[in-house]
Amino acid sequence: MGENITLFSEDGKRTDGRALDELRPIKIKVGVLSNAQGSAYIEQGKNKILAAVYGPKEALPKHISLPDRCILRCRYHMAPFSTTERKSPAPSRREIELSMVLRNALEPLVMTSLFPRTVIDIFIEVLQADGGTRCAGLTAAVLALADAGIPLKGLAAACAVGKADGKIVVDLNDLEDKYGEADMPIAYNPTLDGITLLQMDGIMSKEEVEQALSLAITATQKMHKMQVDALRERFSVQRRET
Amino acid sequence: MSITEQRPVISKLEQQELRRLLAENKRIDGRSPLQYRSISVQLGYVEKAEGSALVELGNTKVLAAVKVGIAVPFADTPNEGILIVNAELVPLASPTFEPGPPSEESIFLSRYVDRSIRESKTIDLSSLCIVPGRSVYSLYVDLYILDYDGNLIDASVIASVNALGITNMPKYVVEGQAIKRTDEYFKLELKDHPVSLTYAFLDDKYVVDPCLSEEYASDFTVSMTVKSDDRFCAIQKNGGGMISPRRVIELLERSVELGKELRTVAYRQLTGGNG
Repeated sequence: MGENITLFSEDGKRTDGRALDELRPIKIKVGVLSNAQGSAYIEQGKNKILAAVYGPKEALPKHISLPDRCILRCRYHMAPFSTTERKSPAPSRREIELSMVLRNALEPLVMTSLFPRTVIDIFIEVLQADGGTRCAGLTAAVLALADAGIPLKGLAAACAVGKADGKIVVDLNDLEDKYGEADMPIAYNPTLDGITLLQMDGIMSKEEVEQALSLAITATQKMHKMQVDALRERFSVQRRET
Repeated sequence: MSITEQRPVISKLEQQELRRLLAENKRIDGRSPLQYRSISVQLGYVEKAEGSALVELGNTKVLAAVKVGIAVPFADTPNEGILIVNAELVPLASPTFEPGPPSEESIFLSRYVDRSIRESKTIDLSSLCIVPGRSVYSLYVDLYILDYDGNLIDASVIASVNALGITNMPKYVVEGQAIKRTDEYFKLELKDHPVSLTYAFLDDKYVVDPCLSEEYASDFTVSMTVKSDDRFCAIQKNGGGMISPRRVIELLERSVELGKELRTVAYRQLTGGNG
């Protein structure tokens, strides 16, 4: 796989002209849906992803509730038209796994003990996929939670790092994701120095994983700033309206 | 939709005891924090399967069986055989396993084992092509969890690789348009011997190969699969909680060390004891 595909041009630039540690252009907007308590929209490269939060609300049926904290329900879903080949709208095994992985990545950020016996629903809908959808989806979902006014221990931003043609790169695009040697999605909270999402597949040595990890931390710190700016924009607009 | 899991309640006393012992670097079953439970591997347990292995990791019992067939290759990989890993959390293994469609947990388990085998290139799928674009070998690895006492991932990787390691592949011949099965067999060749190492985190301490009560009491687990050349082919944090980057690096080092030991024990029968 990938033998005939070159992921770097002669001057060492990536297929989309980026440097090794350069993120794709990112556009974030918070508060984009009218019915959801919180929502956010992200564009990262050609990714277009919506995230919405409903709750905290009464957990029904009652047996799913927990007496000491709220529970989270999370759905990661790709629209049928989001990929080159049409994707069946029924949840795939991959989407079921990612829904769980994303819930696990969001849960440690939420102050769940403040809302016992309730549920918070998080919906992540990928409208167009361009590699790294789980990370972009998570970055948006965190903002949707913040937009809903749910107390968080901190924000987290996510970014995939990996290895393509022997080089460690940040924010893999679709080609690098498909034909590269390794893909490592990471979500990181800079204030608590905590990784909430960590996955890797492909082949990397210990040293390469370490290098990728440090690149991911720098990248997610940059994205964290964008998240803060997006929230600021959202709430400064509201102030002017009232 | 993925929903916050309701873990079976384990008593406060047991939780406290686990943590108290761990503060002294001890564990509830007498192991040290970085010690695996005893591993036993029984090869060829199911004669009807082309390859199989029953693995016991302490009280955790996993049966892996490989069924070989022929199939039409996937359109994007016309020259490659098909590898499919499926995990059944059999209800008799635990009160928490329910009959019915595959749970999130079983999908996660089978996908992690799949990645461990596929990404490490343990099987050279391009060698399993019969007629490009038309006919390739299919390998179904079915994992049967028979008794659940924690750490299904590591036990399942060991069981799958052992089962694949003894898999007898029926030979097929191409006669015009038809593909016929012969009475001859060849051994499936393993290109690697990956092992997964799972760590459970309790507060700021961690243990390798968690038993069930440690798993229930833990904040989260991290699994890492290491290839024979000490490189990594799969990593996954599972469950809530946060881990610091420093800790991840520490786990990488541990996994390389512990992986060597585990590999010799887990695949002794395949490699004749030479790792």
